[in-house]
Amino acid sequence: MKTNDLIIQTTTKVVFFIIFLFSIHIFFAGHYAPGGGFVGGLLMSSAIILLLLAFDLKTVKEMLPVNYTVVTAIGLLTSLATAAGSIFFNVPFFTHVYSDFNLPLLGVTSIHTAMFFDTGVYLVVVGVTMTIIQMIGGDE
Amino acid sequence: MPLVFAIFMPIVVALVIPFLFKKISSIHTGWFVLIVPVILVCFYATYIPSIMGGTTHMDVLPWIPSLGISFVSYIDGLSLLFSLLITGIGALVVLYSIFYLDKKKEKLGNFYVYLLIFMSAMLGVVQSDNLISLYFFWELTSISSFLLIGYWYTRDRSRFGALKSMMITVFGGLMMLGGFLILGIIGDTFSIRELIAQAPTLAGRDLFVLALVLVLLGAFTKSAQFPFYIWLPDAMEAPTPVSAYLHSATMVKAGLYLVARFTPIFAFSEVWVWLVTGVGILTLFWGSFFAIKQTDLKAILAFSTVSQLGLIMSLLGIGSVAYHVTGDLVTTFTFATFAAIFHLINHATFKGSLFMIAGIVDHETGTRDIRKLGGLMSLMPISFTIALIGSLSMAGVPPFNGFLSKEMFLDAVLNLQHFDLSAMESWGILFPIVAWIASVFTFVYSLYFVLHTFRGKHKPEQLPKAAHEAPIGMLISPGILATLVVVIFFVPNFVGRTFIKPAVAAIQPLAYQVPADVGFTIKAWHGFHSTALYMTLGIFLVGFILFKTIPKWSPVYEKLPSKFTLNNMYEGLTRLTEGGANRFSSIYMTGSIRSYFVYMFTAIIVLLGGTMWLKDAFTISLDNLAPIRFFEILISIILIVSTVTILVTKSRLTAIIALGAVGYTVALFYILFKAPDLALTQLVIETVSVALFLGAFYHLPKMNTHEKGIEDRGFRLGNFLIALGVGVMVTLIAISSHSQKLIPSISQYYKDTVYTEAGGKNIVNVILVDYRGFDTLFEISVLTIASLGIIGMITLRLAKKKGDRKVENK
Repeated sequence: MKTNDLIIQTTTKVVFFIIFLFSIHIFFAGHYAPGGGFVGGLLMSSAIILLLLAFDLKTVKEMLPVNYTVVTAIGLLTSLATAAGSIFFNVPFFTHVYSDFNLPLLGVTSIHTAMFFDTGVYLVVVGVTMTIIQMIGGDE
Repeated sequence: MPLVFAIFMPIVVALVIPFLFKKISSIHTGWFVLIVPVILVCFYATYIPSIMGGTTHMDVLPWIPSLGISFVSYIDGLSLLFSLLITGIGALVVLYSIFYLDKKKEKLGNFYVYLLIFMSAMLGVVQSDNLISLYFFWELTSISSFLLIGYWYTRDRSRFGALKSMMITVFGGLMMLGGFLILGIIGDTFSIRELIAQAPTLAGRDLFVLALVLVLLGAFTKSAQFPFYIWLPDAMEAPTPVSAYLHSATMVKAGLYLVARFTPIFAFSEVWVWLVTGVGILTLFWGSFFAIKQTDLKAILAFSTVSQLGLIMSLLGIGSVAYHVTGDLVTTFTFATFAAIFHLINHATFKGSLFMIAGIVDHETGTRDIRKLGGLMSLMPISFTIALIGSLSMAGVPPFNGFLSKEMFLDAVLNLQHFDLSAMESWGILFPIVAWIASVFTFVYSLYFVLHTFRGKHKPEQLPKAAHEAPIGMLISPGILATLVVVIFFVPNFVGRTFIKPAVAAIQPLAYQVPADVGFTIKAWHGFHSTALYMTLGIFLVGFILFKTIPKWSPVYEKLPSKFTLNNMYEGLTRLTEGGANRFSSIYMTGSIRSYFVYMFTAIIVLLGGTMWLKDAFTISLDNLAPIRFFEILISIILIVSTVTILVTKSRLTAIIALGAVGYTVALFYILFKAPDLALTQLVIETVSVALFLGAFYHLPKMNTHEKGIEDRGFRLGNFLIALGVGVMVTLIAISSHSQKLIPSISQYYKDTVYTEAGGKNIVNVILVDYRGFDTLFEISVLTIASLGIIGMITLRLAKKKGDRKVENK
């Protein structure tokens, strides 16, 4: 069966990047405005799902050759390592620190260990959602 | 700090072992592992001089300071002795395993990881001063020994033995935890030293005896005392290096360590004296009697270990009598403690070498069945010599170290008559008699083990392999141990000064301040006036006669009703629990999601509704209500309409879209009530889940065909009532939570602290990543596990389908 998906495919090519950038924005904004790793990760997954709807599983796999189980694992490890890292500074598990840094190009930026933790959450959410969708979608 | 880190060193090294095994396959991984115990034994040996002088060492690594839980490494005579045994015997066992386990055929990566974890766990057990971390390491030994016993996991017997040992020792461990908690509560500390300091007052407290019994259950299960010994023979399915390590030198001795360590706390109670001594003597007899029934070399050794552990246990019990007497009698009874520690060292040397010899015999002949073996003496002369030394030491024959400690044991048992505790006059006489009979059987099985294997007629046709002497590398470790057996006999007082006296001083702090105060010397010859000497001669005489006539009296074992053995009871119990659990779960696990929803929602109604009703929590307050706006009415109508659509629609597609509509309207509510974070999440979730539904839609069976015949589409009173109940419940809770103002809202606290404490402005996100970071961490772990579950379910189904097809093709 051949379907005519021209409009959705063309739109998706543009919209995907918009959603993707928005998800990154929302992720970074998280600590000061609505957003965060969880929503960011979900948005990212919905962008990929849009790709899946417009094209098909095989094409998307070629476009984004990512093993989502590994993404999940990396995410979980990132979060755990951030939380556990505080042990090395002889403070209780999960102690966060933050400070402002003057970075080149970006100017004064606030860097927070919570952000690293959130990165892990982001990755886990993307990994888990995409694993589930791929498994169920790919199951014939 | 270094003392605590020494405990963890083996575990840290274990992390790199699998890589070494994979990358450097030309060198046996054991050589790398060997470095660890060798370094540690040297490290602990440096503490010997100061411990002999009576000083102790302590080192703390905080773990959960707010609950008083930390890793405390406390080195005194007792823990140093055990640490040296663990690392010293550990080094010999690793050396032996290098030759025993084939580097090409065996999964050495796994083996040495388990072994190193076990080593850390044992060091932790004997050095912990904190009850909770002691328990932590205790269970770690159970788990790592489970892995070691089940190392050849493809064999049924291995898995069975591993499971059995874990069931029993973990049961004991949990009981022990209960005892520890009681102790911690009544003494208001988890530190063993602080508990010892207040021991005399503790003895009068209410739950003291309960704590005592619970802790003893832990010690008895671990040390394979009657009636818990049944796991030890099955644990012999482990590779021989493991048996030699776990079951002669370390794990089973953890129970003895525990009894010794807690003697200063519990010995004030008569119950302790009776239980430890009585169970010990009973185990001694039971183990030695049934050892002769066994036909497997390692099973004989297992039963002999059981009985020897009983011997040491009873000595510790007799030693604790010292807390109930005064004057000269104190030394009479602390002598038993001295004998216990001495025999513990001796047992580690001779039993370790015997286990290794059993392994060598198995390795070189292919069987451990004593009925097929025989006449190996001329073929394996070195092994025979080592086995003979070990066995005769076990039998208590001079000039080997077992003779010395066996004499001391008989002396100690005889000393019990000087003690007039309640019921001691009538029952006390039994102890020396039972001890003597058990010693006779010990003598018999020792001879049985060595002579039936190495003497007699050689039967090469029954052996899977042609027997020959083991490679020299395999003989080094048992050789060293056998040498120690002889050396200790000739310089017992050196051992006494260096190792035993500091340990005795640690067990009997009331009687001795410093190790030098312990005034015992070990003599090989007591003169003719000693009763123990005549008892020993009797043992030799009767034992020899019994040994010669084994075939005549061995049918007595067949007379015992096999139905009532402990093993049968254990199996019956496991069958009962397994079957019961299966029957129970098959009642409610119907496989239909509908039933599960019924359980969940009913539970919600009963628990929440019941609580609200009991606590009188339902209130309506109409103050402080906001006006209802137009949009809210509109959205509510959409919400109701789409919900009803889901219920009445006949098409699945409509239902999915209506469900999406419900989600989006809820998101709109969030926006109206100024919760942008929730709204955002809800919107994305709805999008993703609707997309997921649509993706899976194609594969779902048609609604009508699916449920034809079940008549589920009709109206059902039960479902209706449950739905109504949940709805009413949620509404009531919502109204009440608005009306109840018992507790001030927590949101002000977040508003105040979210920037100053956590450096963020978005309260929701800060709560997620900081205030309740643990929640999030566990949540993403749950997500990960769920996704793994889905992968498992779907790939398994795929594999099954493919498998079915294959079968069809054939």
